[in-house]
Amino acid sequence: MAQASHQMPERIPVNLVVNGTNRDLDLAPWTTLLDALRDHLGMTGTKKGCDHGQCGACTVLVDGRRVNSCLTLAVMKDGAEITTIEGLAEDATLHPLQQAFIDHDAFQCGYCTPGQICSAAGLLAEGHAKDADEIRELMSGNLCRCGAYPNIVAAIQQAMGRP
Amino acid sequence: MNAYVGTPTSRVDGRAKVTGAAKYAGEFPADGLVHGFVVEATIPRGRIARLDTSAALQVKGVLDVLTHANRPPLAGNDEAWKDEVAPEKGSPFRPLYDDTIKFNGQPIALVVAEEWETAKFAATLVRVEYEPHGFATDLEGERGSAVEFDKPHEPRGDAAGALARAAVRHEADYVIPTEHHNPMELFATTAVWDGDGKLTVYDKTQGVQNVHKFLCGVFDKKPDDIRVVSPYVGGAFGSGLRPQYQVVLATLGALALKRSVRLVLTRQQMYGLGYRPMTIERVALGAKTDGALDAVTHEAIAVTSRYEDFARNDTGWAEQLYSSPNSRFSHKLVQLDVSTPCDMRAPGAASGVCALECAMDELAVALKLDPVELRLKCYSDRDQSENLPYTSKQLRECYARGADAFGWSKRNPAPRSMRDGKELVGWGMATGVWEALQMPVAVRIVLTSNGHAEVSCAASDIGTGTYTIVAQVAADALGLPIENISVKLADSSLPQAPVEGGSWMAASSAHAVLAAAEEVRKELLSLASKMHRSPLADAELTDTVLVDGTIARTNDNSRAVSIADAMRHGNIERIAKEKLNQFDEDKKHARNTHSAVFAEVKVDEELGVIRVSRIVSAVAAGRILNTKTGRSQVMGGVVWGIGMALHEGTVMDHRFGRIMNPNIAEYHIPVNADVRDIDVIFVDEPDAHINKLGIKGLGEIGVVGVPAAIANAVYHATGKRIRRFPITLDKLLD
Repeated sequence: MAQASHQMPERIPVNLVVNGTNRDLDLAPWTTLLDALRDHLGMTGTKKGCDHGQCGACTVLVDGRRVNSCLTLAVMKDGAEITTIEGLAEDATLHPLQQAFIDHDAFQCGYCTPGQICSAAGLLAEGHAKDADEIRELMSGNLCRCGAYPNIVAAIQQAMGRP
Repeated sequence: MNAYVGTPTSRVDGRAKVTGAAKYAGEFPADGLVHGFVVEATIPRGRIARLDTSAALQVKGVLDVLTHANRPPLAGNDEAWKDEVAPEKGSPFRPLYDDTIKFNGQPIALVVAEEWETAKFAATLVRVEYEPHGFATDLEGERGSAVEFDKPHEPRGDAAGALARAAVRHEADYVIPTEHHNPMELFATTAVWDGDGKLTVYDKTQGVQNVHKFLCGVFDKKPDDIRVVSPYVGGAFGSGLRPQYQVVLATLGALALKRSVRLVLTRQQMYGLGYRPMTIERVALGAKTDGALDAVTHEAIAVTSRYEDFARNDTGWAEQLYSSPNSRFSHKLVQLDVSTPCDMRAPGAASGVCALECAMDELAVALKLDPVELRLKCYSDRDQSENLPYTSKQLRECYARGADAFGWSKRNPAPRSMRDGKELVGWGMATGVWEALQMPVAVRIVLTSNGHAEVSCAASDIGTGTYTIVAQVAADALGLPIENISVKLADSSLPQAPVEGGSWMAASSAHAVLAAAEEVRKELLSLASKMHRSPLADAELTDTVLVDGTIARTNDNSRAVSIADAMRHGNIERIAKEKLNQFDEDKKHARNTHSAVFAEVKVDEELGVIRVSRIVSAVAAGRILNTKTGRSQVMGGVVWGIGMALHEGTVMDHRFGRIMNPNIAEYHIPVNADVRDIDVIFVDEPDAHINKLGIKGLGEIGVVGVPAAIANAVYHATGKRIRRFPITLDKLLD
């Protein structure tokens, strides 16, 4: 194998606005948005469950839309506004979804929870889900191995303000 | 006083989990942290002929590549590698120990680099040549080589004769595939180098003290050299009971480099850890025409590795549950070239009871009896295997309450008789059973004069709610608001606890809290009774209670001394008490939880698509400490049952001895849209025998019986009896 293939790629400057704060990073082009958050910014609220876009634990909002941050290269989001679980609460007041998740016991181990909540925030912004069936369908990209699904649906319904 | 026990208290760790503040094993920072990546074997059996790491080592940022040839020392005796829950028979797997390959996916090298991506890339450059050996991975193909695990239980009567004579008989094989836990959190360890050969190890585990003892043995360390911490665990379901290989490799890396090392396995690599073993469950039932069972036999044939005999109780449930004068049970193992199986939610019962309860449904059909009626016909108030009464058993009530909530009486027994538009509707039911276990646990309580208490214990909370129930029990026992209780768990330096598993932690930790709280009360009474004109001057310990921040007389709470006054009088700021709680041995009772599960499925007749539209699970599990988190646990178990019934199965290509679906796109677990109405009913089950609070535990019972209830509902909907799980649509269209 050619020696050249063993060299590491050049780093590229990237600017991300994470939860309202400008963050300047030098990242290899192969670094995902998920790893940029967790390893380079030390923001471990966003979770890695598969690294292949199969589980949704890494869901964050990019310019208001929910995305799997493990399938998103950080360099492609230069200048983007990123909202993570750490950015949802305002000071000491939890986001209505965060409070609803506690009220309805919509998690057990808590590992999928940041992704579920960010995904639900994206879902509410999209405005497509009108009832429990649509919530179930549109939240099916976020796996929960503890099996809290019915409580997750109830929590989202509470935050939506409709049954 | 019970201000909190029995209430739907929200999780005390809820805020940490919904804000992203909760830190899991692979998320703890450390100065100079470096990252590991595992290289796995790609053959199931043989030896490493040549392992070339030179190209990987040339990558800028790579620090080392550890293999069996250059690693630091590892213990050479099995005793060191046998953790608290290792199988008795066998020689545990030792990662990077030598050149032997025992299973496909076995770790054979650890690349350590400054950054994770670098380690991951360099791992692709490690070149391996194997000397492959012949292998076998197919349980059904090797069924003939099954050998009895241990000696079988003493049979009752003459099962073979009774079966031959039975008026109505049913016998069949039920096949449960290998299943993987797939907790959402990837297995991870951060081994923090504290200098001088000392380490703080953040590990994904269900038992920090188990891992601590194991690491001390494997690396020849003194107990003070290593501390294992695991405050949050992103699901485990049994996969974290034994120390997994990543904790060995991260520790090995840290010791080799004298630096902090993080190792996170990939989802695919986690398929090289433990799993629910595939089993062939052969059940035979013989009955009189009125439905009374005359014979029960259950033989389980399960996969294990070549190096350890892993076996769980698949058949004992059939032995215990139903009244039958003749019975025979056996558990056989087939050794294959795979990693050792491990406990997975309700190990043994999830599989064994699935087979038993499908067989009972088939018998009910043959007898033209309602499935609930058949269970009542065979109902036993005594544990049939030991002929012992139960500490409590409200299964009859579970059938009644569950059937009522489900509307079972409206069921038309004929298959294919119920419809909803183009969908066939099926109703099925099954019984669930699990053990009510309890273990020695120690708790330390530090009560300060301002009325706050810290309650600590090495036990884990793997999402089960241990933090919350410990806080509830402590708040009640200490007479303080729950906000004044802080709970510290899952640090090996804290008071003794076993691994969190088997549904034993609720009862075990709760009674340890009570025991430690009693020591605190004793000390407070000693202080308060000596005060001038004390209202507790002549009070006995048994006459006192802690309530509203005071120590008071049980029969007159107004005769009290505040905690603050008692401590001030004694001139102390805090009372610290630690107590190990041990349960009295009771050989006169059987201890079990039970459930009755009712399932409705809707099956698209043309496409074969199956939806589980409703489940009612009526559970008798003693006192429920927290009705909110308890309900969630059972609900989660039901979702697992849906997965077992319809989705889950690890698929092996036996030509290569390699798993073909090692990811959560192709190994299907239930998603939100797969789960609809789940109604959890807790049946009142006062239990004066089992323990002081009457607690039995809930972690496992939720899943047991659910796969069978769904399979039976599918039969009722379609008239097709699928005995090979999972029940995928192709099997219905055959």
